[in-house]
Amino acid sequence: MTILAQSALVALSSLAAGFLGSLTGLGGGVVIVPMLTLAFGVDIRYAIGASLVSVIATSSGAAAAYVKEGYTNVRIGMLLEIATTAGALVGASLATVVPAGAIAVVFGLVLLHSGYVSRRPHPDQDTSAAAPDPLAARLRLDSSFPVPGGVREYHVRRLPAGFALMGVAGVLSGLLGIGSGAVKVLAMDQAMRLPFKVSTTTSNFMIGVTAAASAGVYLSRGYVDPGLAMPVMLGVLAGSFLGARVLVAASSRWLRVVFALVIVVLAAEMIGNGLAGRF
Amino acid sequence: MNGARSAWTEERLQSMVSLVLRVGVNLAAAIVLLGGLVFLYRHGHEVPHYGVFRGEPSDLRTIGGIAHDAWAVSGRGLIQLGLLVLVATPVARVALSLVVFAVQRDRTYVVVTLVVLALLILSLTGHTP
Repeated sequence: MTILAQSALVALSSLAAGFLGSLTGLGGGVVIVPMLTLAFGVDIRYAIGASLVSVIATSSGAAAAYVKEGYTNVRIGMLLEIATTAGALVGASLATVVPAGAIAVVFGLVLLHSGYVSRRPHPDQDTSAAAPDPLAARLRLDSSFPVPGGVREYHVRRLPAGFALMGVAGVLSGLLGIGSGAVKVLAMDQAMRLPFKVSTTTSNFMIGVTAAASAGVYLSRGYVDPGLAMPVMLGVLAGSFLGARVLVAASSRWLRVVFALVIVVLAAEMIGNGLAGRF
Repeated sequence: MNGARSAWTEERLQSMVSLVLRVGVNLAAAIVLLGGLVFLYRHGHEVPHYGVFRGEPSDLRTIGGIAHDAWAVSGRGLIQLGLLVLVATPVARVALSLVVFAVQRDRTYVVVTLVVLALLILSLTGHTP
């Protein structure tokens, strides 16, 4: 196969990944690495480099639209970014010494977890009546967001737990080249009890910054191959753009099931091949 | 905090952030597409070897090397320049937030944002452990 033919195939597959990722809200990043390594036989380090680039593209593209809606909490995002960017630098540096097979196994496990998280409903607790957390109050993290007919206040809970989980999300992002959206949701929805819309948009804001920290390391280590990153980035970007335009609530439930199944199969392949030393 | 001033900066920030993100992503995609066309025109008939990890040559790893290659209209250099613009987009967003926190005289968050910005710059310039 020539470079031209492979680029066309990679671009088309990335378009499908970006499209499905955008429709299901899981992001295209999680399937890019398994797709490149399992279907195209790409070295996992090149695959992670290309995936990181596509994560920045989709997150920044989506954030441009989110920003004006008034849900993003920039203070929370910035504070937690200390944890995610520091974690990302550690994870990206780890990626240079950890054997490729071990990275593949960790990738498969994280993939399974994100597939599981995506199948659960999101409880949206009202924390407006709860007593403010002293630490969160001192850092002025509590805020409000627009709801039909006014604004709703919310209080941030358990900041240290959220901060620690964000460090883990950063390490995984740097090690695996993904947005770690599932771990971020765990930290912000479960630990810090942020309203769903606030956590989604704030996490999206953070994903771009975290991936940029990892991408810098991959770029300067020579893990980003332009010939491979080009079709991946353009394909995922075009796919998520299309996905955002045709978003239909009725069919997205069906798609989530299909996408979750795809994820389970890919995760099993990654773990199996990783343990068999085929990376 | 002055309420009127913070409302003003909040609104300005939101439209500026939105603009920076849109311009950054579109510009990056355009440069990557242009570089991709040059690359495929020149090397499209060759056989890819992404299955073997060799690491990129040093001129595609550093900001100076990438700028040099892009200026020489190398396809791979241009793609890498587009990717640099893409990576710089979230960094520019953090820098914008720094300006707003400074205008609001919010010292705590000026420091927080400076730490994040420093970590990003360390990463981009290759100064990591």
